[in-house]
Amino acid sequence: MRHLTSLFCSAVALLCAGHTIAEPFPSTYQPLPSQPTLITNATILTGTGERLDNASLLLQDGKVVWVGEGDAPADSIKIDAEGRWVTPGIIDVHSHLGVYPSPSVTAHSDGNEMTGPVTADVWAEHSVWPQDPGFARALAGGITSLQVLPGSANLFGGRGVTLKNIYSNSYQGMKFPGAPQGLKMACGENPKRVYGDRKQAPMTRMGNVAKYRAEWIATEKYVTDWESYEQQVANGKKDAKAPKRDLKYETLSGVLEGDIIIHMHCYRADEMLTILDMAEEFNYKVGTFHHGVEAYKIADELAENGVCGALWADWWGFKMEAYDGIQENIAIVDRPTGSCSIVHSDSSEGIQRLNQEASKAMTRGQQAGMEIPEERAISWITSNAAQSLGVADRTGSLEPGKMGDVVLWSGNPFSVYTRADQVFIDGALVYDRSNPALQPVSDFELGQLQEVRP
Amino acid sequence: MSRSSFLTIAGATIALGTFMTSGAVAETILIDNATIHTMEKRGVLKNADILIQDGVVTSIGDNLSAPDAQRIDAAGRHVTPSLFAGITSIGLSEVSGVKESVDSSISDIDMPQMRPEFRVDPAFNPNSSLVPIARVEGLGFTVLGATAKGSIFGGQGRMARLDGSYDSLFGGEILFISVGRNVSELSGGSRAGQWMLLEQAVAEARTPPRASEPALLTRSGRETLKRFSRGGTVVFSVDRASDILQVLRFAKENGFKPVINGGAEAWMVATQLAEADVPVLLDPLENLPSNFDTLGARLDNAALLHAAGVTVVVAGGESHNARKQRQMAGNAVANGLPHAAGLAALTSAPASVFGVKTGTLKEGQRADLVLWSGDPLETTTVADLVIVNGKPDSMQSRQTLLRDRYLPQQPSLPRAYIKP
Repeated sequence: MRHLTSLFCSAVALLCAGHTIAEPFPSTYQPLPSQPTLITNATILTGTGERLDNASLLLQDGKVVWVGEGDAPADSIKIDAEGRWVTPGIIDVHSHLGVYPSPSVTAHSDGNEMTGPVTADVWAEHSVWPQDPGFARALAGGITSLQVLPGSANLFGGRGVTLKNIYSNSYQGMKFPGAPQGLKMACGENPKRVYGDRKQAPMTRMGNVAKYRAEWIATEKYVTDWESYEQQVANGKKDAKAPKRDLKYETLSGVLEGDIIIHMHCYRADEMLTILDMAEEFNYKVGTFHHGVEAYKIADELAENGVCGALWADWWGFKMEAYDGIQENIAIVDRPTGSCSIVHSDSSEGIQRLNQEASKAMTRGQQAGMEIPEERAISWITSNAAQSLGVADRTGSLEPGKMGDVVLWSGNPFSVYTRADQVFIDGALVYDRSNPALQPVSDFELGQLQEVRP
Repeated sequence: MSRSSFLTIAGATIALGTFMTSGAVAETILIDNATIHTMEKRGVLKNADILIQDGVVTSIGDNLSAPDAQRIDAAGRHVTPSLFAGITSIGLSEVSGVKESVDSSISDIDMPQMRPEFRVDPAFNPNSSLVPIARVEGLGFTVLGATAKGSIFGGQGRMARLDGSYDSLFGGEILFISVGRNVSELSGGSRAGQWMLLEQAVAEARTPPRASEPALLTRSGRETLKRFSRGGTVVFSVDRASDILQVLRFAKENGFKPVINGGAEAWMVATQLAEADVPVLLDPLENLPSNFDTLGARLDNAALLHAAGVTVVVAGGESHNARKQRQMAGNAVANGLPHAAGLAALTSAPASVFGVKTGTLKEGQRADLVLWSGDPLETTTVADLVIVNGKPDSMQSRQTLLRDRYLPQQPSLPRAYIKP
């Protein structure tokens, strides 16, 4: 938050003691206590494209210490994987857990601020209900980190938040320390339908683009107003008047400054190319296109522009812009050099088995003649996802110094019969399929169906 | 599956395609050296052969031979009957979000709003793109579901084969009734109101209301209910355990043959379901308390029901993505359902629940079957070859053609000129 930090410090100097800003709604996440853990005799997919057979892994002080072979402290917990598979913790870049939780009653429907097409001022984290039973289900599927996004009704839907998948009384207690925020944007049918049906703008795709551009132009002015104010202060002008803070433009200027990552819901190939041109016009970067049912048509352009595609394995047909879906989408987007293909869920069911979704996508790619071994396909739900969220330097792969986010699977994670046996987050064992004491239960589910004992 | 085996399959498909174009000669196909899941009393036959002549399975056994047969070496691969796609709107809905392409539901119809006489089958379009998209994945038959917005009575569905013909429909009519949280708006906001209205409707079917009395049903609706009350198959969409027990009572009192659809909490009343011999159609992935009717949802629902002696059918309710059925069954197996029961939940079980002759491989039956690249319930498995009514399918759909248009890298002409 380089530039925004300075803007904010100038505006609210009291909050900016010692050149650091008191980040609003700061993370209070603390890794759970852990003991050194040595996993031996495993088939390890590192997330960096490597597969190691009969290999070991040491977790200590919340981090990966080494992968392959090495020394372990005498007090290490030793787990003989007996040939079972180990992967990095699974990351879902597109979830609505917490903002559209279970039970999905109206009182819980907090994911889509459908009151105007530009709601860049809202933050999904302020809607997250940390008691969503979905977090526990996702953990049982190996999910260690996830991005919770606002819905797609709006052109600018608001900020997303990246969480570690640990129950807490607050979302701040789950918030991934230091992870950049995302900005959810949306192309196509949803914004034009939601507002067009109300006879409001945007009613068309050209209306969508006009509105995005108008907002970027306004953002540029917001940025220069603040720069001018800061310059006056620097020049010692005592009566310099600070511009009014605007939450919407704080978000959008964060994008132009490169601090907030764009996550854009976009289905059609032509629209994604339009958006890339717009990003060039306003000199910002699109981080990831989400859903991208037609991404396979522009796989080369996505790779050339360094844009990730967060995609489904097989969803299609639920609306017109999803009509051209094919099961090879993820594999074709993965094909060019420099690609960043991701399997995402957008679903409280899908997030529980992203490994199976990746399995289907891998299989279709292989069937179409592409060489996609498991050690590559795993990156679609680990390292590429971490890259999309701006946390690849901390998680998403098994390398020395990375967070100890690890899944020990009952077998090959690309088999439908395989399940997560144990899940580690920051080196701590937080899920164990064979130990009910290590299976979290949300407040909502505690004590339901008292008379039923399976 | 390896690249080389794909090429082999592709080669076989092309050869068969050539064979198909040779005219209206009697078609004979011999698949040999297969692992055949008959889904009937013969069980699984290893290294077995299956002979198909003129659209019919004529023999299953060892070392079969037939002159002039097109031979397909299964090399040990699995063969199953074509699979059940679940309760879908395949052929009734092209794009869910495009209203004018959706015919599976009625809404805002004039009073009376209860229209059990609504039948979806006249709207079935075998030329829908969804049909081959499902078929190339080994799906062979579906139940066309009927819904009516807000009404307890969804209307009537039928079974349809996914063979793309104008006589796809088969089996008898199936009535759909919804009970529980979803349909409270037209029942006074209470599920108790639903039972009040259902009881009134069946009473009207027995004795038409006097002209002065407000009627729930049309004459045609009364006739429909009367017909179903003579043992007709009624699919009740219901999740909560206590509601399921109400369904069992209501069906018994009124002569319906009930089938539970959804059944998130069916495992809680598994004994009662088994005693009443009532099958359950379910989504094995449903494990969240997504509403207050499904607080008991769990991944081993299918396994617990099966262990209690209840017939389980996988019916995930997806139309465009009906191909997810196999993955759903695989997950049921991963959570304790025996593999054979998982496969039955996609084949023989739905066929027997709805009383149609498919879902098994036996002599004399129409040849609708699939040769798989591996375990049919695995996510890494694909359908290598689909046989429809005794003929090899083209294995093409709108989606495979889009794939083949976009697979070539840097084509010299725009892709609109690539017509695979």
